[in-house]
Amino acid sequence: MGRELDQSTKARNVLGPTQFVIWFLGISLEATVVVCAVLRGSFRRYIFLNLYMAATLLVEIGRFQFLKHFGSNSFEFIYFYFYSDALLTILLYFALISLYTVVFDEMKAEKYVRFGAVLLLAGTSLFTYAVVHQSSAKILTHFVFELCQNLYFVGLVLTFVLWGAVLKLRETRTRVIQFVLSLGVYFSAFAVTYALRNLFPNFQTPYLAQAIGFFLPFAWVYTFWRVPEEARLAPSRVTVVPR
Amino acid sequence: MMAAVILVVSLAALLQFFISYCRSLIAASAKQPLSVEVQEVTGITTGARGEDYPRVMQLLQLCPERPQDRGEVRAVKGYFQLLQLMRATLARPLPSLHDWTEFQLGQCTYFAAVALDRRIAFSREMLAAQLDDSL
Repeated sequence: MGRELDQSTKARNVLGPTQFVIWFLGISLEATVVVCAVLRGSFRRYIFLNLYMAATLLVEIGRFQFLKHFGSNSFEFIYFYFYSDALLTILLYFALISLYTVVFDEMKAEKYVRFGAVLLLAGTSLFTYAVVHQSSAKILTHFVFELCQNLYFVGLVLTFVLWGAVLKLRETRTRVIQFVLSLGVYFSAFAVTYALRNLFPNFQTPYLAQAIGFFLPFAWVYTFWRVPEEARLAPSRVTVVPR
Repeated sequence: MMAAVILVVSLAALLQFFISYCRSLIAASAKQPLSVEVQEVTGITTGARGEDYPRVMQLLQLCPERPQDRGEVRAVKGYFQLLQLMRATLARPLPSLHDWTEFQLGQCTYFAAVALDRRIAFSREMLAAQLDDSL
């Protein structure tokens, strides 16, 4: 961290008490997910979900350090924020794919699911690059932002397909059902905010992103802590349209 | 145009996933029987009705909060409000949707009653622990 800030810039850039509380709550929840998974002996079974949460925790700590040293308006912080966001989105994408392998476990389709996931990720990246290449001078920064946005939408579509598979294959593990549904809420909520920002560039909702960000660790803490691995639930009981 | 399509699709998906998620939370409590005490206090013996929800929630707020069910109770409260909105708008001309909404509102009330049962048990445990410490 080479360039240090002067006192007045530091005063402008530090977190306010509300933001600090939000940040602290966020990292506490993320740490709680991993701790709950370890205590319940489910860390390895849902390794990608836990790796994603652990990575989120590390990134949040990293963001705090960048914010402290460079300030919220610095290029260093902004670059770290967007690049780490892209990395987390890709990790979340793989966490979702890991749920696919859990649901399709009995069909021995793991190899095909992984291959399809990598292909889809490469396809999304290429599509994003093709769009950004034509329209922007700051290609890499724009690419990272667009890739995140596109991956959220791909994630939403994939979660929808996975939920369809859960219903069709009559997957009854309550934990799997709750993980899939919580990811569905999370992806669709972010897709809504991205779409709103595209439609209305002046659309500002302070703390909305943080509120959505809290949902996933909250839901996962609940699932790891309160729902035993053996718990079963008929998925048809939770659908909007009775089946 | 594309953003508008994404917005509509995402909103529909959000609604669908949120309702299903809340129902998965409620489903676990639907199997649990209520204690006689809570049945007497809430008046819920056989089927719970949506109209009883505010009263049960008031009773719930009188009890010391359990950190474990805070998130659940909030999510179901949001779901209850969503259902009320549906009942007042979309469900009015559609009798089947109206019946479904009524049933779901009743399930939310039952969930709140089960949470009340747990909080009463939690308060008793706390009191017992305090008494043990003081002895």
